[in-house]
Amino acid sequence: MTRAFFALIGRDLRLAARIGGGGGMAVFFFLVVVAVVPLGIGPDLNLLARIAPGMLWVALLLSSLLTLDRLFQADYEDGSLDLLAMGRLPLELVAAAKATGHFLTTGLPLVVAAPLPGLMLNLEVSAFPALMLAMLAGAPALSFLGIIGAGLTVGIRRGGLLASLLVLPFYIPVLIFGVAAARAALFGFPDGVAGQSLTLLCAVALASLVLGPVAAAAALRANLR
Amino acid sequence: MTTSDLRLTASNLACVRGGRIVFEGLSFSVTAGAALVLTGPNGSGKSSLLRQIAGLLDIASGTLALDGGDPELTLAEQAHYLGHLDALKPAMTVVETLRFWAAWLGGDAAANAPAALESMGLAPLADLPVGYLSAGQKRRLALARFVATPRPIWLLDEPTVALDAASIERLGAVMRAHLAGGGIIVGATHLDLGLAGAQTLRLGAEAAA
Repeated sequence: MTRAFFALIGRDLRLAARIGGGGGMAVFFFLVVVAVVPLGIGPDLNLLARIAPGMLWVALLLSSLLTLDRLFQADYEDGSLDLLAMGRLPLELVAAAKATGHFLTTGLPLVVAAPLPGLMLNLEVSAFPALMLAMLAGAPALSFLGIIGAGLTVGIRRGGLLASLLVLPFYIPVLIFGVAAARAALFGFPDGVAGQSLTLLCAVALASLVLGPVAAAAALRANLR
Repeated sequence: MTTSDLRLTASNLACVRGGRIVFEGLSFSVTAGAALVLTGPNGSGKSSLLRQIAGLLDIASGTLALDGGDPELTLAEQAHYLGHLDALKPAMTVVETLRFWAAWLGGDAAANAPAALESMGLAPLADLPVGYLSAGQKRRLALARFVATPRPIWLLDEPTVALDAASIERLGAVMRAHLAGGGIIVGATHLDLGLAGAQTLRLGAEAAA
């Protein structure tokens, strides 16, 4: 069972590395989104620094959504999903493995790349650790909630937009607590606010770790049959 | 395979797709070492029946049961399924693909992969990315996973599509070996699969009439 679980993650990582459609593209999109913000808002460094945590989180969210739609669809179209359903691993764990693969190929590279767009937005270097920690806690939630939308739209061509619409409401708590944790650390909110936000963010992430795969597996079952 | 008293039984099976009854009242029984060949016109439900056995399609009514198998596993977990799609990724090499599916379907990937490739005549292509394979070679790679992982029931939907004469010969040998080992084969085909003494189930006779 464990071997099959890691075999699936390993396959997804290998495919992402070879095709290059996943992580690399998401990081590039992340940078592009953040790069156009100063062009739209103007060169007000104080303003940019103030909105930087929120902008980085919104960019992270959008980049994560961008890579979601192909998550199950590629396997559905070439028949792999049929065989994945016939393994000894329940579909819930298939979904969990796919979400883990998505986090490792998309969420993790985005978190690691975050300081660069942070600098572009005049974010204090001292705020980077708090921001990255919050992103690291929130990024798995984005992947594990995202698989719900990916599972629901698996049979729909060009279902990416629909998946985004379905998933975005689930992303709101992650966004709120993620931004709150980063802002609290950045602007010196009273003691404990940053910690509370981070704790709540971790709670959302842990809940999504359990609920996401269950919901995604139910969606896949409905679509497969 | 030690399960020599294996028996796949369908009784009064029905299949409904898109509100239309594809077939109903279907009953058959296949025992260890036997093959069931499904024939019938297009749309008569051959693929649907195979997908029902593989657990990929809901059973509208009736029952489908496997006696004498591993009680810990479901019917689908004891079956190999080859559909119209080969379930291959162009970016992975032949041997990586086989190792992954063997690991996924519960076989000993490292030990069985070379023999499985050999049985389908793919050994010289082991390190080639799947994207460079021809349609027939892809089909053979999809069939190689049947050999790489022992599962008692083989479900084959048009296995000979895109295969050349020599490959059909290889497939026949592999299938005969599986039956000799006490396995069960259910196959849908328009061609002769080269299995002597296989039962034939004709679907959709009334639809064609």
